[in-house]
Amino acid sequence: MLIPHPLLGPRDAQEFTYLGDASLLNRPDGLAEGALDAFNRHVYLRDNPAGVHRELWFHEQGDRSWLVVTRNTLTHEILGAELARDVALAQKGGAK
Amino acid sequence: MRFSGFRVLKEALTGHHGWKPLWRNPEPQPAYDYVIVGGGGGGLSTAYHLAKVFQGKRIAVLEKGWLGSGNIGRNTTIIRSNYLLPGNEPFYEFSMKLWENMEQEFNFNAMVSQRGILNLIHTDGQRDAYRRRGNAMLLAGADAELLDREQVRTMYPWLNFDNARFPIKGGLLQRRAGTARHDGVAWGYARGADLLGVDIIQNCEVTGFRIEAGKVLGVETTRGYIGAKKVGVAVAGSSSRVMQMAGLRLPIESHVLQAFVSEGLKPVVDGVITFGAGHFYVSQSDKGGLVFGGDIDGYNSYAQRGNLPVIEEVAEGGLALMPAIGRARLLRVWGGIMDMSMDGSPIIDRTPVDGLYFNGGWCYGGFKATPASGYCFAHLLATDRPHETARFMRLDRFERGYVIDEKGMGAQPNLH
Ligand SMILES: Cc1cc2nc3c(=O)[nH]c(=O)nc-3n(C[C@H](O)[C@H](O)[C@H](O)COP(=O)(O)OP(=O)(O)OC[C@H]3O[C@@H](n4cnc5c(N)ncnc54)[C@H](O)[C@@H]3O)c2cc1C
Repeated sequence: MLIPHPLLGPRDAQEFTYLGDASLLNRPDGLAEGALDAFNRHVYLRDNPAGVHRELWFHEQGDRSWLVVTRNTLTHEILGAELARDVALAQKGGAK
Repeated sequence: MRFSGFRVLKEALTGHHGWKPLWRNPEPQPAYDYVIVGGGGGGLSTAYHLAKVFQGKRIAVLEKGWLGSGNIGRNTTIIRSNYLLPGNEPFYEFSMKLWENMEQEFNFNAMVSQRGILNLIHTDGQRDAYRRRGNAMLLAGADAELLDREQVRTMYPWLNFDNARFPIKGGLLQRRAGTARHDGVAWGYARGADLLGVDIIQNCEVTGFRIEAGKVLGVETTRGYIGAKKVGVAVAGSSSRVMQMAGLRLPIESHVLQAFVSEGLKPVVDGVITFGAGHFYVSQSDKGGLVFGGDIDGYNSYAQRGNLPVIEEVAEGGLALMPAIGRARLLRVWGGIMDMSMDGSPIIDRTPVDGLYFNGGWCYGGFKATPASGYCFAHLLATDRPHETARFMRLDRFERGYVIDEKGMGAQPNLH
């Protein structure tokens, strides 16, 4: 698999380590109402879709940036990659 | 139709005209007491034990493809009970004891072969860990022996003992562990269940659940609606997809695991060897092929095939351990979809939907569990109480903080 790194261009997926569903970016607020339930969902429960999946990859043997990669779990086709930082900032901005 | 030596002889002398199909191919009934979703090892063993041990009546197994098309027909056939934690080990030892009698019980040759499994040790720390594991196994009634380097050398003189990074210092041996013919296990349970009146319905995919007021009434399938008092789901790699139709999100990710077979070789590996440090394990099939594998590919997948980097990595592990296989050719590679749970251990439990039960999260180790997985799931379906040995395998254990994490890796499925 080749991951289209937004800064470095196409890179072999072997240079990356895989973390999981990109929803891991949305860490719940530990002080909010229902935090226990929110953390259970965040840490343990997954959509685990058969099809398009947004997921976190770490460029460990590269520039050490975190990416959000969009990939089809049925075919392994990679549909795009963004800096996780940009995704997280956009999400924060959107939440305000 | 019973199988016996006499029967084989008689058929041999009369032109083999008397063999019959191993199970019927019935049309689905409008309703059953128990509907089991998934005709893999888990589902078939559940139906068999439900009928045999718990006298269940009106049972159907619904399989979307053909029997054995899932992981039961794709695994590397290792059976063992060498787990550490009290939530797991008694269950796997219960399974081991069922393996030891299953062929007599269901009158079918599943080629259960207790040829022993050896986990290699390379460091003092690992020896301590394996000694602890061995003791945990003994406490649960399993067998375990700690071998030193010379004892391992007597068993397998051709291993690379002086690898610079992972020199072999000993091993943990479970003699009662071994292999079994994976298809034979599925066929044996299918035939056993069929003889007890279970309807095995192939090419019947479950496409939805009919749920009213929090209670399941039946399943929608590609062959029409089928009513059920109780529905048990045992679909392994498809767990999230199927349970999502009942509105459940699971602590599971689906990952691909690959397996490999070499060309046929003279007998050389008479047991199972695991080289955990090198992410490699191997046994030899009765036809002579080396059957081996390593880690999962490591990313979510439903593709039933993996990628080349893991093939290279597994081959490297194999060569590091057994330089002698350097010129053996690889014959086949395939993949299966693993239901990787968040702590690496399985789930056999009720669900928040009344009458709907779940069996899954088997990761890469559900073959050895096949007998107990079905026995315990049948126990739960029939009595609404968990079987003694499966009582820790609860769906809500994550939320409650009672994870069964053998490797202490945390909620990261690709590290289990
Ligand atoms: C390469 C590889 C090596 C392995 N090696 C080992 C090993 O050495 N030892 C070990 O213990 N384990 C091993 N495993 C793991 C083991 O094979 C699995 O954990 C186990 O087989 C899973 O349980 P099962 O047999 O019930 O699954 P499966 O055989 O996958 O059964 C699930 C069934 O559900 C069906 N299904 C799915 N969705 C639906 C639907 N909507 N409607 C109806 N039916 C449906 C599928 O078609 C499938 O037949 C290995 C797995 C793989 C892939």
